[in-house]
Amino acid sequence: MTDLTPAARDGLAELLLTLADDELVIGYWDSEWTGIAPLLEEDVAMSSISQDEIGHAAALYGMLGELTGRDPDEFAYGRQPDAYRHAPLLDHPRTDWAFTIARRFLYETADAARLESLAASSHAPLAQLIAKMRREERYHLMHLEAWVRRLAEAGGAVRERLADAFAALGPDATAVLGPLDAEEALLANGILPEPMAAIRTRWIERVGATYDGLGLSRPTGDVGPGARERHGAAFTWLHGEMTMVSRSEAGATW
Amino acid sequence: MVSAAEARVWDALAEVSDPEIPAISVVDLGVIRSVQVDAQAVRVELLPTFIGCPAVAIMQQQVTEKVRSLALADEVEVRVSYAEPWTSERITAEGRKRLRSSGFAPPEAAPPAAGLEELMVLSGATCPYCGSRNTTLENPFGPTLCRSIYHCDACRQPFEQFKTV
Repeated sequence: MTDLTPAARDGLAELLLTLADDELVIGYWDSEWTGIAPLLEEDVAMSSISQDEIGHAAALYGMLGELTGRDPDEFAYGRQPDAYRHAPLLDHPRTDWAFTIARRFLYETADAARLESLAASSHAPLAQLIAKMRREERYHLMHLEAWVRRLAEAGGAVRERLADAFAALGPDATAVLGPLDAEEALLANGILPEPMAAIRTRWIERVGATYDGLGLSRPTGDVGPGARERHGAAFTWLHGEMTMVSRSEAGATW
Repeated sequence: MVSAAEARVWDALAEVSDPEIPAISVVDLGVIRSVQVDAQAVRVELLPTFIGCPAVAIMQQQVTEKVRSLALADEVEVRVSYAEPWTSERITAEGRKRLRSSGFAPPEAAPPAAGLEELMVLSGATCPYCGSRNTTLENPFGPTLCRSIYHCDACRQPFEQFKTV
C-alpha cells in the first residue's frame, strides 16, 4: 500500500471506516431478532444476514488495520460511541418488524449502489473484497425486496406501518450515500470511481421504481453534513451491548 | 508448473476436511487457491466460501498444521485471500458427489457467462435423496451462511443446498 499518497491514504481510511461501521452496526441491530423474529424461518434468515454483515465489517476493519498498523478489534470494539462513523439510518433502534424491514431495505439498496460503484475502485484489495461481498449481498437484496412487497401488499395496518417507517427514515436513508470528507482525494485517485452524489441519484431512481410500483412515496430530504459524527441514545445503548464482552477482559485474545 | 513438493502439499490438503461438512475436503471445496513451496517457506492461499464464515479460522489452523507436518520448510504461511471470489463453481466434481452422498444438494451451475445480477440464485435444487427436481425452497438462509433449506415434494424429505454464490 506504499503507492498511496498521504491524502489518498487518509481518504481510504475514512471510506473503510464508513463502510465497516455501517455493516457492523446494522449487523448488531438486526441480530437482536435472533430468537424473537415473527417466523422461525425469518429468525434463521435475519440471523444469517446479520452474520454476513458482521463478517463484512471484520474484513473491512482488517483492511483498515493493515493500512493503519492498528489492531482491527480496536476499531470494532475499542472506540467511544461518538467515534463511530455509521450513517444516521443506523442510529434507530430495531423498533417493530415493519420498521426493521423498511430500514433494512433502504440500507441494502443504498449499500448495493455503493458497492456496485466501488467494485471498480482503483484500490485492488478493496475492489476484490467488494466483488466477494456483492455475491453475498444479492441474497439480502432479494430477501428484503420480497418482504417489502409482502408488507406493502398486505394492506391495512401492516402497510400503514411500513409506509410510516419509510416516511420517517427517508432523510436518514439518503445520508447513507452522503458526501465523504475526503471525497476529493478519493475521486482524484480513483479509489472512489464517481461522486457519492451520482451513486445517490442512481439509488433513488432504483428505489423509486420499487416505491412507485407499490404506490409508496419516494425517499426525500437531507440531513446535512456531519451526519455520521453524531449518534444518539439508541446507539449508546447498542454500543454498550456490542462491546460488553470485549470490555469484560481488556486485551484478551479469543 | 507444480513441483513435487507442491504436489505433496496438495495431496496432504486433500485429507483436510471442511469443519462444517466433514465429507468434503478443503481441496474439493475449492477453497485452496494456490500452494507455493520454496527453500524457506510453504505459502498457501485460502479463499473463504463466505466472508463471515466462522469456520475459516479453523480451516486456516488445520491447513497450517497439516502443512507443518510435512516438514518441507521452516515457515508455513496460510493466508486468507480475496484476490478472486470463491464461487460455488469451484467445488470439484468429486466434491459435488460427496456433498450429495452426505445429504446436501450441490449448488446449481450458473448459466454460461452470467453477470452478477443474472446469476440464478433461486434456480432450484435436485433432491440428494431421490433425485427429484420437484423441490421447494423453504428458506434461502440456513443453519450456516453457505446453505439454503429445501423440501422435496416427491420423497417429502427436507434437505439443505450449498448456496450458489
